[in-house]
Amino acid sequence: MSDYLHDFFDIPSDLQHSWIGLVGLHLREALLPVAAGLLLALPIAQLCVRFRWLYPPVLSVTTVLYAIPSLAFFVVLIDYTGQTELTVMIPLAVYSLVVLVPAIVDGVRSVSEETLAAATAMGFGPLRRYFQVQLPIAVPAIIAGLRVATVSSISLVSVGMLIGNQGALGNLLHDAQIYNRPELTWNSVITTALLAILVDALLVLVRVLLTPWMPNGTARRKPAPALEDAAR
Amino acid sequence: MNVLNFVNAFFSDSAHWHGYDGIPARLGEHVQYTLQALLLAAAIGLPIGLVTGHYGRGGNALSLVATAGRALPSFGLLVLMTTLLGFGMLPVMIPLVVLAVPPILVTTYEAMRSVDPSPVDAARGMGMHESRILFQVELPVALPLILSGLRSAAIQIVSTATIAAYVSLGGLGRYIVDGLYQRNYEKVVGGATLVAVLALVTLALFWAVARVAVSPGVRRR
Amino acid sequence: MESVTKRYPDGTVAVDRLSLEIPDRSITVLVGPSGCGKTTTLRMINRMVEPSEGTILLDGEDIQRQPVTTLRRSMGYVIQNAGLFQHRTIVDNIATVPRMLGWGKQKARARAAELMERVGLDAALAKRYPYQLSGGQQQRVGVARALAADPPVLLMDEPFSAVDPVVRKGLQDELLRIQDELGKTIVFVTHDIDEAIKLGTMVAVMRTGGHLAQYAPPAELLSSPADTFVEDFLGGDRGIRRLSFFPSGRLELTTGPVIPLDATAEQIAAPTPLPPGDRRGRQTARLERAARPDGRGHQAGPAPVPRATVRPGTDSLRVALDCAVLSPTGWAVAVDTDGRVTGVVSQQTIGEAIRSAHAAGRDDERDDEKVAG
Repeated sequence: MSDYLHDFFDIPSDLQHSWIGLVGLHLREALLPVAAGLLLALPIAQLCVRFRWLYPPVLSVTTVLYAIPSLAFFVVLIDYTGQTELTVMIPLAVYSLVVLVPAIVDGVRSVSEETLAAATAMGFGPLRRYFQVQLPIAVPAIIAGLRVATVSSISLVSVGMLIGNQGALGNLLHDAQIYNRPELTWNSVITTALLAILVDALLVLVRVLLTPWMPNGTARRKPAPALEDAAR
Repeated sequence: MNVLNFVNAFFSDSAHWHGYDGIPARLGEHVQYTLQALLLAAAIGLPIGLVTGHYGRGGNALSLVATAGRALPSFGLLVLMTTLLGFGMLPVMIPLVVLAVPPILVTTYEAMRSVDPSPVDAARGMGMHESRILFQVELPVALPLILSGLRSAAIQIVSTATIAAYVSLGGLGRYIVDGLYQRNYEKVVGGATLVAVLALVTLALFWAVARVAVSPGVRRR
Repeated sequence: MESVTKRYPDGTVAVDRLSLEIPDRSITVLVGPSGCGKTTTLRMINRMVEPSEGTILLDGEDIQRQPVTTLRRSMGYVIQNAGLFQHRTIVDNIATVPRMLGWGKQKARARAAELMERVGLDAALAKRYPYQLSGGQQQRVGVARALAADPPVLLMDEPFSAVDPVVRKGLQDELLRIQDELGKTIVFVTHDIDEAIKLGTMVAVMRTGGHLAQYAPPAELLSSPADTFVEDFLGGDRGIRRLSFFPSGRLELTTGPVIPLDATAEQIAAPTPLPPGDRRGRQTARLERAARPDGRGHQAGPAPVPRATVRPGTDSLRVALDCAVLSPTGWAVAVDTDGRVTGVVSQQTIGEAIRSAHAAGRDDERDDEKVAG
């Protein structure tokens, strides 16, 4: 048993990382793009809320971008950014963006007119109103989007293995084949799934902490079709 | 040389249009995998989603299943299934179906739940049978969302079937995986283009189906 | 409709040992505050809610004895937001039940077109979808759909609550008109006591906990509420509202100075009584304002005085009193059904009529008591 466990966590040296190192690498490759996506999505979503006519075209563009398969996206980028981490992270950032924009727009729009009017009447400026009223109320929707984006991002990093071992935990899949060590495949799948579940749970916790006014656990989930374009 | 040149070179090479590794054959394979997986996933996801949505029960169980399904890395699962079951269709179908069921299941459930309850009440009050209420009152209204769930599933299958080339499956992913291995960028980029186009065609197809199948009374919004 | 007794304990008791006899071919209104079980009562009639105890008889037969869908198809059902099928056109919405009953498509659509006319919908709307209609129009479609298979019974669950007061009044008048033509057995649920009094032949006032507080014709409800709950629920001015049930036919008319709307200053200065029978009655009435002693009345512009004339015999004493109060001179102008002036009535005359009507009402009650005793 201990031998098996030892094998399980014995990472081939060509990957130049310990298991913990791979986990860290995986998280970095998965989470940095989501963060970048969120930073870009916030202003874009705000523009879409401000100028209603902008939203339908933005939505079409994001739907089309989302349809581009990850592997196709990766390989086209190789020509520009080489077989690097960046090549993996750029598409993931785009996918996150695409999931987050509709989530934020729907969330911010779900703030009722009366609430906004009340805030304005109390003398909130537009900026203050955005940060103190609209954004907090949109938090559940934004977190719901973040959950989908993060989980899908964590799953997709593995595909980076195909473009020159840029897949962090996904690289184990390749080594499992060449060294004929199936336990490495198990390791990759289980660790990735656990990471996804863990980060997902963490985001739920963040939502509960950020929105004490909502009943715990059962966040009312509005059907948001875009959110279901999840892992690919 | 930029991407466009690669694309041009790939498609103008007549050798890419014939034989078992020709574009028609690979495209056919890819479409076949996609349809098979989508039909299987729909056969599982649609009935369960429709019935649970109609009765409004099991929502929590469904969202757990969906979270678990999403958390499983499809690529890893693909390799794992091949390791366990050897090469073949089954180890490829399993991850594709696992991938496609959650979006179908969850969107169908949500779509049914989001149907305005008052027409359902009215229908029941005028003596409609439950099955008729499901298919003639709720389904037409829920259809746009249900289709969007199927669309997500289809697009994810197209995308993941590409990766399946790594475990010796055919399909358009072959060009990418082989090209990367052979350092043949023309092939890689050509394959990527084909996959992207197929995904966009899928998108367009679903758009067209929605135009035809969804009643104009529901389509506005 | 026969005697209805039902109990409904469901942890909480929604309707508690309620007995009601709902008269045939008339409108019975269930009214009460929210949570009084009125909707539950209604929904037990078409078995959307199954009673836990007691039985409901329809024409002497237990409604449990026929298949639930057959029962429901024999009853029209109208709900608050109309509950139209948004994916079907108006005509197909109305044709739903006939189609379920196996009618041919052409026949069902012809029937639907006929009903659209009956409920006052423009035939041009037939091919539209529900979202293209206003709330009031949607509600008309809801009523038409319920009537489509010509069911003897119509169940209406707060059908007019979601529309604005003006549209609601139109829909109420339309319902009364349709009821005059068709004579259905209608059970109508509302939380609006005015609506109940206006529409109901019989009104059942329910109180929280599913108890029946009083079951009586509206006039009796207003004149003798059973207890303080009913009295409070009826509201403060039930005395005035009760006048709606006294006819104005016995009012004695006198000929007085009435001036047409387009009167000139001279005509006002030297008022010549309009000959009874002048067709300008409607204008005349409005110009009651001009007959003010200072003669400046007509400069106030067209005065929007609602229902400023009274039609003795058709209108109630409430209308007569209203006209008199609204009139600057204190005289109500009476017209016949064609709008011709027939005379004027003073507030004093109306007051005497009210007194004698009350006296007559008390006599009736005394008679009732005698019969009961």
